[in-house]
Amino acid sequence: MAFLGVFRRWLPRQNTLTLGAAIILLWLLLGIFAPWIAPYDPVVLDPAASLLPPGGHYFFGTDNFGRDIFSRVIWGARVDLQMCLIGVIFPFMLGTTLGAFSGYVGGAVDALLMRCIDIVLAFPFLVLMLAIIAILGPGLISFYIAMALVGWVSYARLVRSQVLTLKHQDFILAARSLGYSHVRILFVHLLPNALVSALVFSMSDCVLVLLSGAAVSYLGLGVQPPTAEWGVMVAEGQSFITTAWWITTFPGLAIVVLALGFSLLADGIGEKMGART
Amino acid sequence: MSTLLQVSHLSVVNRQGIALVDDVSFSLDSGEMLGLVGESGSGKTVSCRALMRLLPPDALRIAGGEVSLQGQNILALTERQMAKIRGREIGMIFQNPSSHLNPIMTIGAQIAESRRLHFGASAREAMVDAIELLRKVGIPDPAQRVKSYPHEFSGGMRQRAMIAVALAPEPKLLIADEPTTALDVTVQLQILRLLMTLRDTLGVAIVLITHDLGVVAQTCDRIAVMYGGRLCETGGKNQVLAGALHPYTQGLMDCQPASEGGHSQLVTIDGQPPVAEHFPTGCRFHPRCRYATQDCQAQQPPMRTSPMDTRHQAACHHPLAHLHTQEASC
Repeated sequence: MAFLGVFRRWLPRQNTLTLGAAIILLWLLLGIFAPWIAPYDPVVLDPAASLLPPGGHYFFGTDNFGRDIFSRVIWGARVDLQMCLIGVIFPFMLGTTLGAFSGYVGGAVDALLMRCIDIVLAFPFLVLMLAIIAILGPGLISFYIAMALVGWVSYARLVRSQVLTLKHQDFILAARSLGYSHVRILFVHLLPNALVSALVFSMSDCVLVLLSGAAVSYLGLGVQPPTAEWGVMVAEGQSFITTAWWITTFPGLAIVVLALGFSLLADGIGEKMGART
Repeated sequence: MSTLLQVSHLSVVNRQGIALVDDVSFSLDSGEMLGLVGESGSGKTVSCRALMRLLPPDALRIAGGEVSLQGQNILALTERQMAKIRGREIGMIFQNPSSHLNPIMTIGAQIAESRRLHFGASAREAMVDAIELLRKVGIPDPAQRVKSYPHEFSGGMRQRAMIAVALAPEPKLLIADEPTTALDVTVQLQILRLLMTLRDTLGVAIVLITHDLGVVAQTCDRIAVMYGGRLCETGGKNQVLAGALHPYTQGLMDCQPASEGGHSQLVTIDGQPPVAEHFPTGCRFHPRCRYATQDCQAQQPPMRTSPMDTRHQAACHHPLAHLHTQEASC
């Protein structure tokens, strides 16, 4: 991550948001318009054109089955972006709701939830993920379920701590003095104020989800071949790394660039929100 | 005029069992403004939180007494029933408008929310009401300002907006907890004028909590003076200001800086207001009182009614009226 820090300092501060958003938008467009942009079919085999280096008809070269790496990277954007979206939304919703509830109610409920979080956190992130996926069987659905079961704790802790400080704020007392119910105060007045930090975190969480999605697919537990997914592609090209570097390098770069995009966006949003509140 | 609020023998204790509000009684007619005066820590705010039953649940509790609003004892209500009283019957405005407004909701949305909740108004109706309320509290160009966030308002405007939010459910009683303390002097005057106008036009009764006797003199109909969690004097404004019975009330009045000939030294009351852990015995004001005797140290003075006016009461062993009458007879 060191080079990210250098990169961030080098970049004019106010442009982080724009650049991050631009990178993500670019990948979104590539993913959406993949059928029109990709010159070749991402899964059709062509043994005659196997292991061709970058150049000519194949910008990024071809893999051992003769599939165009460029087309596969573009089609892979669809899968990886979808993974980020779903892999973040469910932990986000679960974590913020539980965290806000726990922080607001306090007492025994809060203590119980905190212990649940401790249990989840006691296991290394990836180990717990792999264990859950192993139980459920490989596949994207299992990955999403595992992500939700493991990822919610960060959001819950974040939102809980926010709610703990916010619930003693004066405007909550003012809302009580207007006769509002606890449910209304929690969801209409507290939660929106507590969400800012969770939203910023969700952007950085996208990076984590992307990387763990790729890692899980690399291990053969996530997206299954022959679907074009960056992690799968890195795994498949691994045995050719000395003879055909392009098979692993380009999907690897795609992961780095998208992760950088989310990272910059998270920074940019954090700065914007920090300046306002 | 009918009695709107009758507070009788209200006591609030903290976890150590110390009464921060001790046997406080006062009453308020509809359309009247009562000034609740006292130094910091005298129990003004705690008594008013108790009226709303919004005391911090793990630190303070109501130990006794009765608060009757239009003949109904609201201390006996369930929490669900109480939620209908809050806002709808008793509204509250606070000292610091910047922190008492939700920072991420527009002013209009905050007013509209309570219109929708308490009156079932549609989103459109509620927004029209919000604009009307903002006009009533004197915010210029309300149709535009209704879309503003609290941080886009100046301090005085924010206080007006908070008053509008509190008035949205059309309460019969408004508790104003030091509403002008955080504002500069010219804006203070505007807000006080606004409160008086609202009292006169909407007929809303107001409890004005303040430490500033000058503010009370300009605005209120009646005064209640608190010291160390107890009420020391209550009565009509003119009776109290013209013939204070309690030495503390007299002391507060002497502390007011004079507007003319202001070269003389400011008068102060010697000593510090007591803290809850070390409330003095007997009359809580006796360590600072010029007229204190053995009795004052030994016995808590009961509330006594002034011989001149039945609604003017003071808790003092040696009420100053003797002095007044003596002076008059000399």
